[in-house]
Formats: sequence, structure tokens, C-alpha cells
Amino acid sequence: MSTLITGNNKDYVLEISNLTVNLQNQTILDDVSFKLEKGTTLAIVGPNGAGKTTLFRALLNLVPYSGRIEWHGKAKIGYVPQKLSVSDIPVSVKEFLSFKTTSNTEACVNAEDCLNAVGLSGDLMSRELRVLSGGQLQRVLIAWAIIDKPNVLLFDEPTSGVDLDSEEAIYRMITELKNKNEMTILLISHDTHIIREYSDYMLALNKCVTFFRESKEIIDPDLQEMIYGEPVCQMK
Amino acid sequence: MTEALLFSLTIGVSVGFSAGYLGSLMVLEKMALVGDALSHVALPGLALGILYNFNPFLGAFAFLFASAVIIWYIARVTRLSFETVVGALFTLALAIGILIIPEPDLLEALFGDITKVGLLDTSIAVIVSLVAITLTKIIYDRIVLGMISEELATSTGINVGRVNLLYLLLVSLTVAIGIKIVGTLLVGFLVVVPAATAKNISSSLSRYSILSSIFGAISSASGVLLSNYLNLPPGPLVVLSGTTVFLTAVFLKWLKFF
Repeated sequence: MSTLITGNNKDYVLEISNLTVNLQNQTILDDVSFKLEKGTTLAIVGPNGAGKTTLFRALLNLVPYSGRIEWHGKAKIGYVPQKLSVSDIPVSVKEFLSFKTTSNTEACVNAEDCLNAVGLSGDLMSRELRVLSGGQLQRVLIAWAIIDKPNVLLFDEPTSGVDLDSEEAIYRMITELKNKNEMTILLISHDTHIIREYSDYMLALNKCVTFFRESKEIIDPDLQEMIYGEPVCQMK
Repeated sequence: MTEALLFSLTIGVSVGFSAGYLGSLMVLEKMALVGDALSHVALPGLALGILYNFNPFLGAFAFLFASAVIIWYIARVTRLSFETVVGALFTLALAIGILIIPEPDLLEALFGDITKVGLLDTSIAVIVSLVAITLTKIIYDRIVLGMISEELATSTGINVGRVNLLYLLLVSLTVAIGIKIVGTLLVGFLVVVPAATAKNISSSLSRYSILSSIFGAISSASGVLLSNYLNLPPGPLVVLSGTTVFLTAVFLKWLKFF
């Protein structure tokens, strides 16, 4: 079991104990435990198939799991998925955002304000989702995620398929939103630079190997080998 | 206009409109063939209605309803697509239906006949269409969100499985009444082609669903009218009318009219 306790003031937003996920007779996540302090950005790193997205799916209650997942302080979760299937659906940005604007506790006065908050113009409201650029689509997804004022954001590779300049801009925007709204962020990413610059800690998942480090350590080649190389299961 | 034609036209417009509306989701879900294949499942139910002298619509609906539940359950448990499961079931149902349906009624069941409809049939068609449209309107956004991302839909509290089941049941209901006009072989047309026509010229979901419904109603109504004047079965004429609308839309799009 690996345990991370971020910070010392015990203002935790999430506590996970002995989280194990088995899917189709395969153990995807094995006995993961950690506590996450409010306002922290935790990067989830590891090779493909290591269970990063499965961890998010467990947090969202989308897969069966054993162990305990406990959210504290009325956690309200915003989720930004890795990909959308919009190529065949004639849905406009306005319609997409309206799917979620029924509650009375929106962070933005209206959906257009949410677009402005993520650096997009209101003119985009009538455009179809499927004709947006990768960067625009990701921003619309972030607008969707913040529309009901979450205090926890889950990002599953939020800038995959986005050019480098847009990627930086999106992460700067995420950081601004985080600081403004005191949000806790869990972020799946493969990008060493992004992990080092925009997260506080990282949780490495690599089959039988699970460990935590401060994100600034990601540049260590030995550590990268542990995260992305062939796991040595005896280490556990 | 005779009373019989008025009844036929009313059924045609309501069924065409509701099939177009529900079909707009089916085409997005890439389940276009499901609507077509599902209609064949109704044949044994129609046959039982004819053989045992009860309203064939009830038999068709019972079979469609049961099939929708079975298809939904198998797809959920096996993770097979709806199309695969329906494909496996519908040929069996068609074979059984053709074997047990009395031969004089076979043509009517396969290609539809609205020359004998009365006030009761018309009332049922209108009420069923209204119910199907209203309930589908309530769950329309949830179904689309589930198509865009099941995780996103579930994370907002939508039970994607339950919403899909309700939708399949509503499709069954619509197909059951559509059979009256165009028959089991051609009812899939009303679910697929108006939506395909609308999709080609739409840039928003609301425009797409409304156009699909209108094209469904136009195809159906013009097929019924032509059937009355030409004294030919309505099913094939509905298909020809709808195809004309489809080709016109393709042509206008080609001319950059949309």
C-alpha cells in the first residue's frame, strides 16, 4: 500500500483507502491509498493501461471497486474527459452547455459568461462542437466543467491533441481558475513539463508499483524509468 | 376529402412526425438499422393478432416491447452493440412471422394498408405519437449527452442505461403504429431517412430534430395522398416521397443553398 498525505493542516478534500479495481478478471488498480489536501494539484502519471483513467472512473462512481473513497466538505466535482464523440452529432456549443445549466448554482451568470471565463468569445455559442479546433473544444469542456461551480476538478489529459501554445494557455487558465475558486485538481498527464510546472504532487501508477513524489522530481531520469519502464513487482 | 382519407392522413402525419423525431436520435446513435430491424420483430405479434382475432397493433406492440427489453438487457450484459443483438434476433422473428401469418394478410402486414382505418385507430395513433414525442423530448438531451460521452453523462447523474431503455420502448411504440401505414418491411424508412435528410442540412440539434420530424410528416402525408389518388399501397409511396425529399435536400446542399 502506498500512502500520500499532502500538507499538514488536515483540511482534506479526498481520502482514499485500499482502493482496488478489478475489471474483466484483471486487477487494474491495486490497494491505492492517499489523502489529498484542499487546493492541491495532484498529477496522475504512468504508462498507458496503468489505471489512471480507471482511478477517475472509480472517483466518479462509474466502475465497481473495493476499498473506500471519501469526499469531504461537500465536494462538488467537475470532470473533463479525454475525448468526446462529437464528430457525427450536430450539436452547437450553446446547446452543449445548456445540457448542464439547469441548476441554480452556476459559477457563471449564463453559459456565455462561462465561455468568457475560459478565454473564448461568445460568438462561438452558435458554432457546432464538431467544427471547433482541439484547443477550443478543450476550453468548452472546461467551461462545461466549471458551470456549476465545482471545488474539485478531474482532468483526463485535458490538452491531448492541442498544439503547444494552446496547451500552455489552457494550463495557465486552469491555474487561474484554481486560484480564484480555491479548487483542488486531479490531473492525468504524460507531459513532464506540464506536471512539473502545474502540479504539486504526482501519483505514479505502473501496474504493481504505486508511489508518490513531489512533482518537481519528475525530471529525474531514474524516477521516469520507475514510472514508465517495466515495473519490478518485487519492489512492492 | 372523405372521412377515410382524413383518418389516413391524420395517422400519416402523426406517425411520420413522431418517427422522424425519434429517428433523429437513432441516426445519431448509429442505430439506423436497429429501427429497421426492430420493425420485423413485430411480425409474429401481428400474426398472432390476426390468428386469434385481437387488434394486431397490440400483438405487434407486445412483441416489440418485449424485444426492446431483451435487446437492451443482452446489449448491457454482453457489451455487444444494439445493432448486433437486433441483427441476431430480427431474422428469426421475421421467419416465424411469415410462417404463422395467414397468407391473405401477409401483404398487408409487410407493406401496410390504411384503407380500413377508423376513428379508434386514428385516436390511438395520435395519442401514442404525442406520448412518444413528449417523453422523448424530456430525455432527448440526456440521450445526446450519453452519446457524446457516457462518463460525462453519468458524472452529471444521468442513468444512461435507464434512459436508453425508455427510448427503445418509445421507438417500439412508434414502430408499432407506423406498421399500420407502411408495413413491417418499410417502417424502418420513416425512422431513418427523414433524420438522414435533416442531418445533412443542420448545424444545431434543435434544427435537426425539428426538420427530421417535419420531413417524416411530409413523406408520410404525401405517400398517403398519392396512395389515395393512384389507388396503390401507401408503404412504397411513402418511401418514394421521402426519398424525393432526401434527394432534393442533397441537391440543394450541393448548390450551397444551406
